[in-house]
Amino acid sequence: MKLAAKDLLRLATVGSVDDGKSTLIGRLLVDTRQLFDDQLDAVAAASEKRGVGDLDLSFVTDGLRAEREQGITIDVAYRYAATPTRKFIIADCPGHVQYTRNMATGASTADLALVVLNVAHGVKEQTRRHLCIAALLGVRTIIVAVNKMDEVNWSESAYVAVVDELTTLANELGFESVTPIPVSALLGENVVERSSHLDWYAGPSVLQALEACDAGSWTHAGSGSRLPIQWVLRQNGGGRTYAGMLNGSTLHEGDTVTLLPANIETTITSITSGSGPRHAATAGLSIDVGLADETDAGRGDLLATSPLPTVTKEFEATVCWFGEQPVRAGQRLRLKHTTKVTPARIRELSGVVDIETLSVEAGTQLATNDIGLVTIQTADALVVDDYRDNRVTGSFVLIDEVTNATVAAGMVGRASFL
Amino acid sequence: MTASILQAPDMTDHLDLLESHAIFILREVVAECEKPVLLFSGGKDSAVLLHLAAKAFAPQSLPFPVMHVDTGQNFPEVLDFRDDAVARHGARLVVASVQESIDQGRVADPGPLGPRNRLQTVTLLDAITAHGFDAAFGGARRDEDKARAKERILSFRDAFGQWDPRQQRPELWQLYQGRVNPGEHLRAFPLSDWTELDIWQYIERENMALPKIYFAHEREVVRRDGMLLAVGPFVEPRPGEEVERLVVRFRTVGDANLTGAVLSNAATLAAIVNEIALANVSERGATRGDDKFSETAMEDRKREGYF
Repeated sequence: MKLAAKDLLRLATVGSVDDGKSTLIGRLLVDTRQLFDDQLDAVAAASEKRGVGDLDLSFVTDGLRAEREQGITIDVAYRYAATPTRKFIIADCPGHVQYTRNMATGASTADLALVVLNVAHGVKEQTRRHLCIAALLGVRTIIVAVNKMDEVNWSESAYVAVVDELTTLANELGFESVTPIPVSALLGENVVERSSHLDWYAGPSVLQALEACDAGSWTHAGSGSRLPIQWVLRQNGGGRTYAGMLNGSTLHEGDTVTLLPANIETTITSITSGSGPRHAATAGLSIDVGLADETDAGRGDLLATSPLPTVTKEFEATVCWFGEQPVRAGQRLRLKHTTKVTPARIRELSGVVDIETLSVEAGTQLATNDIGLVTIQTADALVVDDYRDNRVTGSFVLIDEVTNATVAAGMVGRASFL
Repeated sequence: MTASILQAPDMTDHLDLLESHAIFILREVVAECEKPVLLFSGGKDSAVLLHLAAKAFAPQSLPFPVMHVDTGQNFPEVLDFRDDAVARHGARLVVASVQESIDQGRVADPGPLGPRNRLQTVTLLDAITAHGFDAAFGGARRDEDKARAKERILSFRDAFGQWDPRQQRPELWQLYQGRVNPGEHLRAFPLSDWTELDIWQYIERENMALPKIYFAHEREVVRRDGMLLAVGPFVEPRPGEEVERLVVRFRTVGDANLTGAVLSNAATLAAIVNEIALANVSERGATRGDDKFSETAMEDRKREGYF
């Protein structure tokens, strides 16, 4: 079976530790028969060995020794599933606050977030943090699995209370589509099959919701075409083409493009993808293009159609700080944006987000897992879009100059809820 | 590669997206790292990786060498394929020999028929150091194993070649940052998000060549440890083992004494795609002795620096 690109859905699980994210994904994979017999046998054997019952479904994705010993998820597990109508790339993310950086890794390329929360506990601080990060990262569609319904005797009022709390938060954060579903991941109720314990619930199961949702791809953008140049290919006979992964709107042969930051207008004369020459290309395709005019375009430059992005050495941004040491204004770092790496500094820290209230407070430093509003200054000019217009040209990472660790995820501009 | 021009921009399927992502990763690592190398076993995944690398830099030649970590216990058909593929792509081949590591006393000699899978790690890391490679492309996929499911696309290795699954770098969006200090290196996995079925569909679409042992053929085998092992220079029938002549094919390619065959009549790429779509046992579960040593065999080997 071959599926069109739009039928590929990337989803990330979101929510607090112990609310059942891994168990839900394990249940989803087992009940849709995505696991091979030997993989299921291995989960059963590991469950028995650790004395956690016949089949601990969290072991389907919690594959590291330390994860199984501690019964927590440490890092993202990527799992793949296919139903007759869709292919899924599932990022099962950790809930523990210590591993927020790994959750952000999983959610940064998600088209949709599958929020899992415990009906008895409601929206915990870590659920708020995860939802806030998912919203910042540009996720617009969430499916909310209200889990452990069996532990509250399938109570509608308990469900409604949690859904009300969650919906209020989701509205504040600006999610466009919120689908709450009562489930028991442990017992497999309302995950794939509809539940017989939930007469009062008429909506879809988690799988039905995943198959039906229209989330759009994370590479979808409201901007013009953007082609950050990765590599220059010398063609036989002397010409050059410019290679990169396209994002933003569709690019056509004959389109007028502007080479930035040099600001030189030229025309696309050819487009080639892995399958050969083509008249047009959509976001997510690696292509190389020929240009009508001689230019000295190279890695780090960008080809764009209008409306054009901004060329700047200073811009406002929202950052999630993952470094182990706190950071203050003035800190020098390395910054990677599209295919460009440049020295940079946090010129100003204008506020720190209070996760409880979503208000921006004054602050002098960002500690691990803090979200801050900053002004970034770079040595070299960058070609940026606001993150809400384009998740590729609007995103950057900050890198520690000594250890080379990635210490922050950055988004150009400021989310509307902050 | 087709010469006809693709008309409609919506003619993009999931294989196009996987191909594009892999090409993007290949170009990004080559641009950011000083001295990359592509690890090539002669198996289907590394064949796809080499095919994609050629596309990523065409019409120029490959901007990195291809390295085979040679245990000396290969299927001859796989060595033939390796040499053909390297010649076809005009690549430079580096062979890192496990036998040399044994001769130099770097690893203990397991004997002529003993398993050499785990020994490869020392040979691999020694070769990376000797050649000064700072990035090594591998064909590993996240659907192969539960430890691989956890690994980043650009996976950091410390000065001892170790993977620390608790301290992986965040990997946001597709901002792959490959900077390392001297002595450290990266493993890069452009096929991370491909499944076994994707690989076979892509091989069929691209009509790629593969080692003959992937296709159904008659062969003498013995049943050992729940696997069908091909009788040959590295697998001698033991007392009590019956040699059978069966129609089989290989789903994965590893050392001849650790890789089991599967009963199959699939002799064409189309037949293999159908077989994989209906399979109820995983490829490594069906065929790999090296994964059966313990619950976390892959994680343990990866921590030491394995592929």
